[in-house]
Amino acid sequence: MAQLTCKDVTLGYDGKPVVHGLNFSVEQGDYLCILGENGSGKSTLVKTLLNLHPVMSGKIETGDGLSASEIGYLPQQTLVQRDFPASVTEIVRSGLLGRCGMRPFYTKREKALADENMRKLGISHLSGRCYRELSGGQQQRVLLARALCATRKMLLLDEPVAGLDPNATREMYELVASLNRDDGITIIMVSHDIAAAMQYAKHILYIGEPLFWGSTGEFRDSGLARHFQDESRHHCTWSEED
Amino acid sequence: MIETLAAYFAYPFVRYALIVGVLIALSSSLLGVTLVLKRFSFIGDGLSHVAFGAIAIATILDLGNNMAVVMPITVLAAVWLLRTGQHTKIKGDAAVAMLSVGALAIGYLLLNIFSKSTNISGDVCSTLFGSTAILTLTQLDVWLSIGISIVVILVFLLFYHKIFSVTFDETFSQATGLQASRYNLLIAVITAVVIVLAMNLVGSLLISALIIFPALSAMRLFKSFRAVILCSAVMSVVCAATGIIVSILASTPVGSTIVAMDIAMFGISYFAGQITSRS
Repeated sequence: MAQLTCKDVTLGYDGKPVVHGLNFSVEQGDYLCILGENGSGKSTLVKTLLNLHPVMSGKIETGDGLSASEIGYLPQQTLVQRDFPASVTEIVRSGLLGRCGMRPFYTKREKALADENMRKLGISHLSGRCYRELSGGQQQRVLLARALCATRKMLLLDEPVAGLDPNATREMYELVASLNRDDGITIIMVSHDIAAAMQYAKHILYIGEPLFWGSTGEFRDSGLARHFQDESRHHCTWSEED
Repeated sequence: MIETLAAYFAYPFVRYALIVGVLIALSSSLLGVTLVLKRFSFIGDGLSHVAFGAIAIATILDLGNNMAVVMPITVLAAVWLLRTGQHTKIKGDAAVAMLSVGALAIGYLLLNIFSKSTNISGDVCSTLFGSTAILTLTQLDVWLSIGISIVVILVFLLFYHKIFSVTFDETFSQATGLQASRYNLLIAVITAVVIVLAMNLVGSLLISALIIFPALSAMRLFKSFRAVILCSAVMSVVCAATGIIVSILASTPVGSTIVAMDIAMFGISYFAGQITSRS
């Protein structure tokens, strides 16, 4: 059974449908890239997968031992976070809260897990530093460590390289790929970067007209890739402001 | 000077003022950090104006106990404000501004039309600036403040990590299965309660200062959430205590004196922050 299955899903806001007839599934160990133009419904899909937003029709099922609250989420950064006084440790540990229930403190074991995830992402030396003083790439690693604290199975990354310089972007992609390869963590990544998607992803979900879901090879052959590349080049001045 | 103070502290109302002042300063500074970071700095201003409007209504209806009217109305306004923060068409700051100005105007209007008092501007002035209220506290007020402060401190101890997570990243905490809306509701309700209480101390116009100054000062100096919260609480208590003592010695208005202390503390923190960040 797949970890995540979308069956004939319609997504929308305020009663207005945005995406119709969405069908795809994600297996354990998969690397799925979700591509699409701005406003195509990618963020709505992300929110729906996380159970923060209801589907208008159809069904999203989780299986293979995964529940919706076990998806580790790497959100886009918000304005609030840019001047937030918080140490790296505080932020990484907040990923553990899903396990705490009503318990008001973290156990030794949970703290050790947070430390281990910081080590894995190479940010142990930053643990006492203030989040807002870190570089963009370091901040993303901190949020990724937090997401890892919330899951061992699946990561959902919402444009993880937005605003990063080319070096940090490459590092981020390599890091995600190694989590997928070495730890067997399923990756779902929302992206604008079609070249990286073709390089790293195993499957592609294209949201637009027409919808596409299939392996990366099939996507390359379908001609949609080129179409999307042209479109996104055309729109790139807009997407910067997003 | 010590003798003068000792003479003043022989009066119970002076002791009450000090106890209540310190407790309210402590509660509002704890909440302040979260509210400032959530971009709700002006909620103190907004809600205290709502409370002012509610007091006007209570006065006109000639209800003996104002609290019974003021508290529920203010709590409702707080819930509405914090809930509409992210997802609605009127954004947080605009909603606060709208409510603040609207309640103030309607409250004043009602007082003018229906008032039985001969000294409306005096009444309004004391509600806004809390000129004498703190010196007329009853024993009940003191116990009420102690009770509320204990609740606020307990909430912070029990839900500290959750409040941090909801403040830092609401979407993420919801995604990990935390009921973010419940914690927002909790914050909204205790904010409203603290503000209604704080009106007794500094009056409605100066409540914002109690909420934002200690938080902003602490943020100049410290870089982790825990340190900011602790520092903000300590600063707020120190400023409230010295403010009350100075106001007794120099016979200045209590509320404005406390706020002046908070401003001074912010100035010191600002320069201290500049120096430490350079070195």
